[in-house]
Amino acid sequence: MRPLTVKRLLWTCGGLGVLLLASVVLALKIGAVPISVTELILDLGRIAIGRANELPTEYRLIVFDLRLPRILLGILVGAALSVAGASFQALLRNPLADPYVLGVSSGAALGSILALIFAPGYALITPAGAFLGAGATIAGVYFLGRREGQLDTTTLLLGGVICMSFFSAIIMFLMTTLSGRDLRGVAFWLMGDLSTPVSAPMQWVFTVGLLVGIGAIYSTSADLNLLIMGEREATHLGVEVTRVKLVVYVSASLLTALAVSASGAIGYVGLLVPQAVRLIFGSDYRLLIPASAICGAIAIVLADTLARTIVPPTELPVGAMTAMAGAPVFIYLLRRGLR
Amino acid sequence: MSAPHTFAQTAGGREEQGNRGQVVRLNVEQASYAYSTSEQSAPTFTLGATSFQAREREIVAILGPNASGKSTLLRLITGTIAPLSGRVELDGEETSRLDVRTRAQRIAVVHQESPIVYPALAGDFVLQGRYPYGRALRFANPEDIEIARNALAQVGAEHLSKRTIGELSGGEKQRVILARALAQQPRLILLDEPTLHLDIGAQVELLERLRQLSKENRYTVVVVTHELGLAAEFADQVVLLQHGRCLRVGTPAAVYQKELLEQVFDAPLDVELGPAGRPRVNLRARRGEDIT
Repeated sequence: MRPLTVKRLLWTCGGLGVLLLASVVLALKIGAVPISVTELILDLGRIAIGRANELPTEYRLIVFDLRLPRILLGILVGAALSVAGASFQALLRNPLADPYVLGVSSGAALGSILALIFAPGYALITPAGAFLGAGATIAGVYFLGRREGQLDTTTLLLGGVICMSFFSAIIMFLMTTLSGRDLRGVAFWLMGDLSTPVSAPMQWVFTVGLLVGIGAIYSTSADLNLLIMGEREATHLGVEVTRVKLVVYVSASLLTALAVSASGAIGYVGLLVPQAVRLIFGSDYRLLIPASAICGAIAIVLADTLARTIVPPTELPVGAMTAMAGAPVFIYLLRRGLR
Repeated sequence: MSAPHTFAQTAGGREEQGNRGQVVRLNVEQASYAYSTSEQSAPTFTLGATSFQAREREIVAILGPNASGKSTLLRLITGTIAPLSGRVELDGEETSRLDVRTRAQRIAVVHQESPIVYPALAGDFVLQGRYPYGRALRFANPEDIEIARNALAQVGAEHLSKRTIGELSGGEKQRVILARALAQQPRLILLDEPTLHLDIGAQVELLERLRQLSKENRYTVVVVTHELGLAAEFADQVVLLQHGRCLRVGTPAAVYQKELLEQVFDAPLDVELGPAGRPRVNLRARRGEDIT
């Protein structure tokens, strides 16, 4: 018996936090303009105590106005997608569930695009459209995947893949027929990309939305430990299954929507990160949720650093990096599950 | 258990309850249920009025072939569905009216093995039985851990606590699942076809253990099964169901009548009385000639 204690939870998250900080410093350093690590840390300290204007302008522009916001966006997106993935895995009782594989990310992307077409200019219209798209898709996939009252893994995943390719086709169609309008690119929506900066008020919306979404899911983490055993068993152990499912369903859709409206459909993070965390720290959702959030942030920050430096001066979309790492892992898990 | 007791009539049940000096814990009184696809359409399955009562330390077997209404009766007892008519009470409270948390503190359900998505340590799995007593994130306190340890000890599985569920044998897994039910500290334990995937040695062991635990911890145990032999050997009462009707309630000796069982299970059987006053059931092969 090795029950999770508050102490172990805090130590693990603290340790991962340090790793996240290290990856942020690394991501700030690496790039077309090389910068020394010691200077960086000193300068980060200066910013922290509110003396940013002492830094040289050009340097500040590159490191803190270009690289840092992108890194922070990566942190938000990585945390959101990983927690959404871990939640879908519990909700659908399926280790292969992930917002991208289930088509939820594509649904959110389509929702954003439609919102941009039909109601351009409203604040918050992109995340709102993405939220509706994500919610509708996961509901659809859930019903597609049900057979005789039971969720069937194969049907569920096929349903997700079909939704994804259908939505991608519509996105392609819209992008081609409406080219010239300010809808960002096909690559952004289908592959995911962190290079588009997010406006200052939206940054606040994303941060608050992320904290609310992760917090809501975390409040049900003890219930998720039982829900993943099966709804019937969870009920008999005292879990209010309907309430928990609703909270997780809405929150995970919200997290996916936030991530997609900021960075497009970045794939496999929600699959890869929770699986890695499970291997190292076990499957207890009380630890899995925060650890996935931090590790997801680390994963995206590093993947994006790689994406923007691997073939200079060109930048790859970050989704290309995550898909290259994620697809083989997906196949491995699928094969292992089939045995 | 010597005197035969049939509780089909409530009055008779009450009378005997006084004689035996033990309180009725589970009272199923004329409970019925009907499934239908929509409110207008005719029901696809109905469970007719069923009555029986069970005291603490008693083992009740709900017996019947497939589609006889066993699972429906089980769900009525757990309170996940409310009876269409009649009532199901545990210590005087209707089970379907209890909130889900209180229900889990009083009733533990052991299901047919369900697939495990992520492997947990057996010890942590048993700790899940403490869930209905915890708050918010439910970090285990020393008392919970003690209770979980005891539960494992009571099923003779302390040595399994650091193994993952996935690597246990069928019998070991069943013991760990039972330990989780014990950790709930329930008054009533319901088991749904608990012997389905067990070999005969493990089946007998499980039921021996249940009998002993129900004596020691004063549980009422309800087992849903279609194993005639095991029910005869271990149950104090048998509730016999067929096609959604409750045919007979009573001791195994009273219920196990050759013609009745042959008709319900649609198989030629021999029933004889064993040394302890419990019936023995043997399957008789048809030898080809009377299969029509």
